[in-house]
Amino acid sequence: MKKYSGQIIKHIVLWLFVIISIIPFLSMISTSFSQAMYELPYPPRILPDTVNFANYAKIIKEDNFARYFLNSVFLSTVVTVCVLFISAMSAYGFARFDFPFKKVVFNLYLFTMMVPGVLNLIAQYSVISRMRLVNTYMGILLLMVGGGIAGNTFFLRGFFEDIPHELEESVVIDGGGRWCIFWHIVLPLSKPALGTLGIGIFSGVWSDFFTVLTFIKDSDKWTLPVALQLLRGEHATEWGLVMAASVLLFVPELIMFIIVQKNFVQSVGGEGAVKG
Amino acid sequence: MGVRKVEKNSLKRTSLQKGLRQWVAVAPFILIGFVFVCIFVIYPQIKNIWMSLTEYNIMQPSKSVFIGLQNYAKAFVGDEHDKFWMAFRNVILYGVFTIPAGMIIGLILAVLVNGVKRFGTFFRAMLYLPVLIDWIVVSIIFLYLFADGKAGLVNYYLMKLHILQQPISWFSDTWTANAVIWIFGIWKSVGWVMIIYLAGLQGISKDIYEAAEIDGATGTQRFWKITVPLIKPTTYYVLINLIIGSFNVFFAVYMLTSGGPVGTTDVLQNYMYNQAFKYMNFGYACAISVITGLSIMLLTVFRDKFFKYERK
Repeated sequence: MKKYSGQIIKHIVLWLFVIISIIPFLSMISTSFSQAMYELPYPPRILPDTVNFANYAKIIKEDNFARYFLNSVFLSTVVTVCVLFISAMSAYGFARFDFPFKKVVFNLYLFTMMVPGVLNLIAQYSVISRMRLVNTYMGILLLMVGGGIAGNTFFLRGFFEDIPHELEESVVIDGGGRWCIFWHIVLPLSKPALGTLGIGIFSGVWSDFFTVLTFIKDSDKWTLPVALQLLRGEHATEWGLVMAASVLLFVPELIMFIIVQKNFVQSVGGEGAVKG
Repeated sequence: MGVRKVEKNSLKRTSLQKGLRQWVAVAPFILIGFVFVCIFVIYPQIKNIWMSLTEYNIMQPSKSVFIGLQNYAKAFVGDEHDKFWMAFRNVILYGVFTIPAGMIIGLILAVLVNGVKRFGTFFRAMLYLPVLIDWIVVSIIFLYLFADGKAGLVNYYLMKLHILQQPISWFSDTWTANAVIWIFGIWKSVGWVMIIYLAGLQGISKDIYEAAEIDGATGTQRFWKITVPLIKPTTYYVLINLIIGSFNVFFAVYMLTSGGPVGTTDVLQNYMYNQAFKYMNFGYACAISVITGLSIMLLTVFRDKFFKYERK
């Protein structure tokens, strides 16, 4: 009986914190469904009283958000594919080859990860402006791909090293080279790791704000976060519109979170199975 | 003697040849990545340091003037020192006010989630939600929650509970604005602390708790005498990461107050960004970036010394 009441108390306290953590999201969604108006709804809403998509229709039609959405999808996809591909190749090089200065190069990668990317922004701006790539997607693509390689190479190398050598030897016996091993053994076996890292890279680019804000001047090249911030400046008091735009940014993140959450639980289970 | 020398030379040559051959073999795999990292990460990092020693001219970089450590002097003791130290102070205050609260709440949540028999995954996911959703969305939500006037959600409920008589205009006073930034920081980081502590808690053997229970230890005793000492390494790990996190505070301030009123809620990164892209003081902004970067690097080295297993 005593144990039972303990569980109830734990559940109550946890629910309290869950409410604190999700009230802001609920009020965002409720406000996005409210009628268009120029001041805050009074009293403020936590749960929606109407479901009205007028705000969504307006930002998509009049404020060009369909365009920004596609821009975000495009940038995130290209960066994710490039970073994953280049990092996987590099990681394979570090995991399975011996060459002089391997440790030095790898430690150099680790070293670059110590400094947060934002602090690099000013010098990167001068590099990109010298290459005359300010205000182009090429410029930010190069920066984002370059910035993603060190970390992902580091994680993938650890993963590749755990792949048993025997699997690769079978390819060598059949007369396959290193590329063959890479394409037919290493990459297929690493699908879960590549998927998890890929979602990480995708959501990193998806929510990037400062790179796009700093390098892109033309409004038709903005991504969702930058457009959202500027929309907020323009329609400061039209919270319904701003919240609808926030929901557009936030729903894909939520979907990715659910996918990761599923994979995360699986991977923990898998580790336990091996250890047990 | 002569023979041996020749042998040594040829040995050197073959090892050089071997090294070259190894590089040729690995180059197709690592070269693209290496070039990318060099041009877009390592070179800018070095250039950043060089720029911090100049009066940098972004339009005509060749006309930049080398001025030694003057940019650093400007920050520490010169014209800008009160603004720099204000930003530095706010970084420290952010740490002082958000870290203990975040760690205590995070630990409590981890213990509770670890202790429930059902819905553990559900609670974990819900409490982690604020960490995952990106800064811009949650900043906008906080601007909405703490909006001026009686229709702001926080003002509304505080007035309804008779804690406030008048609605507060949160962002126009230094301390209420900082308080909102801190509350935001705690709210956003608690989920992360919880996840790390959960991993730590799962490493503690259940047998210890069972033995203590048989000996008649109460729940509180078990928490203080078993849980807290045994997760000490996790606690240090969380602490250092949160300190690094305070040096990285940027978005919250940029979005909520942009440093206002009159720069009194400014933090290092926001100050750096504005110096570069608002006032075009690129050299000076690079000096701020180097100072912030060095602080973060020192903390990172310190962390990795203590937590070698993290980078196995």
